[in-house]
Amino acid sequence: MIDWAHFTPWASLSGGILIGVASALFILLHGRILGISGILGGLLPPSAGDATWRITFLLGLFSAPLAFNALAPAGFMQMPRIDASYTMLIVAGLMVGIGTRYGSGCTSGHGVCGLSRLSLRSLIATGTFMVAGFATVYIIRHIL
Amino acid sequence: MQRFSEFMVGLIFGVGLILSGMTDPAKVIGFLDVFGQWDPSLALVMGGAIAVGMFSFALAKKRTVNFFGGAFHLPKNNHIDKRLIIGALLFGAGWGVAGYCPGPALVSMASGQTEAITFAAAMLVGMIVYELAQRTIHKPR
Repeated sequence: MIDWAHFTPWASLSGGILIGVASALFILLHGRILGISGILGGLLPPSAGDATWRITFLLGLFSAPLAFNALAPAGFMQMPRIDASYTMLIVAGLMVGIGTRYGSGCTSGHGVCGLSRLSLRSLIATGTFMVAGFATVYIIRHIL
Repeated sequence: MQRFSEFMVGLIFGVGLILSGMTDPAKVIGFLDVFGQWDPSLALVMGGAIAVGMFSFALAKKRTVNFFGGAFHLPKNNHIDKRLIIGALLFGAGWGVAGYCPGPALVSMASGQTEAITFAAAMLVGMIVYELAQRTIHKPR
């Protein structure tokens, strides 16, 4: 069943295009893959000569809520709706932190950039984390 | 100029994440709930991003230096191995539990939401745990 009530095709498509534009600018201007887990993980610990670009990029990322609230015609960034308890948030955070570093990428690096450059490795990674996400939500929502 | 450009790319990426709905965990879980009330919106995020991305990577392949004159840093590893699969499984499961992946978690953390700060802190701890484990178990890669 499709949840038409929450379907936001235009906002999601426009947001996706902005994400694509940012990834395009990063590879063409800076020669880098825009992958958040890799950019962040490369700062743990930071190495000389390879930290500044990561930090300036992340500062831009952190400024996004402020910019969005100032620019968005519809007003403020929507309040997130979160079902998970604090314990589950911590467990999930650890899994995402370890998993993205162990698998060398997340939704941005493998999902957007990897698929854009037709990497089989990223296609396999993206298929795997999508299926794991589908299965996890199925178990939590429909079995437990 | 280069620093300003990196900052702007981060900003555009973050605004895209917010506009797309990726920073709302309930929307992410609605997208992952393919066997329930499925919200397909986030498929359009990926579709829109990849449509733009494909042109840029095709263009990048034809060039030898980036706009600022530096090298292209592209991943050289194309092995499909256990690390890739186990890492992706772990990430996907965590994504399904909380509804946050790394980018949206950092953007939401910056907007000051307590839940997002909790998740992002745990994610950072996870990344540090990985680094420490790599150093003690394996040779540096």
